[in-house]
Amino acid sequence: MKTKLLWELSKEDRIGIQLPKRKVPECNLKENIQSLMLRDSDNELPQLSEPQVIRHFIELSTKNHHVDKGFYPLGSCTMKFNPKLNERLAANPGFINLHPAAPDKLCQGALELMHKLGEAFCKIGGHTAITLQPAAGAQGEFAGLSMIRRYHEYLGNPRKKVVMPDSSHGTNPASIVFSGWQPVEIKSGSDGKIDLKALEKHLDKDLAAVMITNPNTLGIFESNIKKVAEMLHSVGAQLYMDGANMNALLGIVRPGDLGIDALHFNLHKTFSTPHGGGGPGAGPVSVAEHLAQFLPQPIVSLSDSGEYKLDWDRPDSMGMLQAFWGSFGVMVKAYAYILSLGCDGLRRVSEDAVLNSNYLLSMLRDYYELPYTETPMHEFVLSGEVVKKYGVKTLDIAKRLLDYGFHAPTIYFPLIVHEALMIEPTETESKETLEEFADAMIAIKKEAETDAKLLHDAPLNTPIRRLDEVKANRNPILKWKDSLK
Amino acid sequence: MVPDDLRYSKEHEWVRTERDIAIIGITEYAQSELGDIVFVDLPKVGTNVSATKPVATIEAVKAVSDFYTPISGEIVEINDLIIEEPSIINRDPYGEGWIVIVKMDKPEELDELLSPEEYKELIGE
Repeated sequence: MKTKLLWELSKEDRIGIQLPKRKVPECNLKENIQSLMLRDSDNELPQLSEPQVIRHFIELSTKNHHVDKGFYPLGSCTMKFNPKLNERLAANPGFINLHPAAPDKLCQGALELMHKLGEAFCKIGGHTAITLQPAAGAQGEFAGLSMIRRYHEYLGNPRKKVVMPDSSHGTNPASIVFSGWQPVEIKSGSDGKIDLKALEKHLDKDLAAVMITNPNTLGIFESNIKKVAEMLHSVGAQLYMDGANMNALLGIVRPGDLGIDALHFNLHKTFSTPHGGGGPGAGPVSVAEHLAQFLPQPIVSLSDSGEYKLDWDRPDSMGMLQAFWGSFGVMVKAYAYILSLGCDGLRRVSEDAVLNSNYLLSMLRDYYELPYTETPMHEFVLSGEVVKKYGVKTLDIAKRLLDYGFHAPTIYFPLIVHEALMIEPTETESKETLEEFADAMIAIKKEAETDAKLLHDAPLNTPIRRLDEVKANRNPILKWKDSLK
Repeated sequence: MVPDDLRYSKEHEWVRTERDIAIIGITEYAQSELGDIVFVDLPKVGTNVSATKPVATIEAVKAVSDFYTPISGEIVEINDLIIEEPSIINRDPYGEGWIVIVKMDKPEELDELLSPEEYKELIGE
């Protein structure tokens, strides 16, 4: 059944709460507020009772697919289950009622949490300094590259280009351009890894950095990473790591030890903050010693007398990334997650994420093509080419999965795999769930062979059937109007 | 579907020549791989372009791709119709869905392009 919008449910003069009678005289707005500050027309709001509103949102939440309801193997996004304990801790009134402009001495607890969280990330990343400010992974990229730019400027040559492999996340070239460089794409080798020969051609004094994701977007560990770092450092260039796939590495390898100069963490992926609805996220960036002076300001520091403070005395800082100090609630959740798991627990997160991914792959690889055959880590990328001869595309497989009660994997990314299906199960799924998902994928393959039309029509059982994506792109209707009634 | 009277690039563009003029578009194979095209961003008429450099972008539902011209020269005409209605490229890639017209600087670049037979081999037809 179609869900009515709040506007469509609205009835004139219906209200949710009876307000008590006014005890003070009415104030004439026009006499007390400048006319340019007053609206000309009535403020239109839907008029509803409280149960109507509650039922509306509960109904929407049951129609939506989310990780609390079902499996969500969206590759590269790490849609793991987020422990509810972390939500409770982040909702502590001492945290949520704290004003970001409160003086340092009144928020020692919050600053201590930030400082210790930063230390934990430095341990995980193998680095010495960190900023918690970036609001998301892409802003982390921008922060990391901006620091690298400051570093090169400091040495007298800002350089011209940044190299990235053709399997990189779309945010990488965007961050490179935003940081004032020319992005240069190099083709991945036939094993899906960075091609050292292709990289070698760009090794010169114009090369500012390389951006790399490790494991890469095929889920394959870049085993030549130390060599890449050596090559870059020999010409003074820097190695930036997109930490989107850190869920495969926790407690196993520290990127700093591999020669990574700057690294962002996606707290909303790896460190248990719900995401997928547009945030908030957080993308802290840890850096090696030589980049520390360029970190965004302020950073949280600890004085000899044991007091935490926001340290603004950073003359070489790249500046600020946002009005305040970062997504604090997300930091609380990440800190709770790290403390509740401990060092061994974090290592097991990654071990189980890799195990789950390889178990799922072992069930699927006889049915779908695996174009890059190296043993993957926490995610793997299949190709839907095998069903093309029946007139079925990866998009159809993805839509049909919704009928089986699963969220679709990431599709058509990375771009180097035709008809890509990028599957990341995460460590929080049971063996049974992985098997049910594999059964669904195998059943869909059989449906493709016998009943392509079924797949073209899918999804059949969702509240909304297949959307017209062209119309949604070209003529999106983003605002309800009376005329839509 | 690979017409016999055109030349092709490895990046899945086709070229039709009339004297020193080259009409360029994307192939049936390319449009089917891209899927539903929703936006195109074309260069200005008068722009000088060099072969194998991206000159336009084509945005489909699933990804954004660069459009390369396989021929160097000056853009003398762009297809305004596809800006308003990009699905024309999906519907008629070799006809109404052409993308740009280039006045060729180096007609010898045509020799670098693939014949219909070679292109068929490339896409496995």
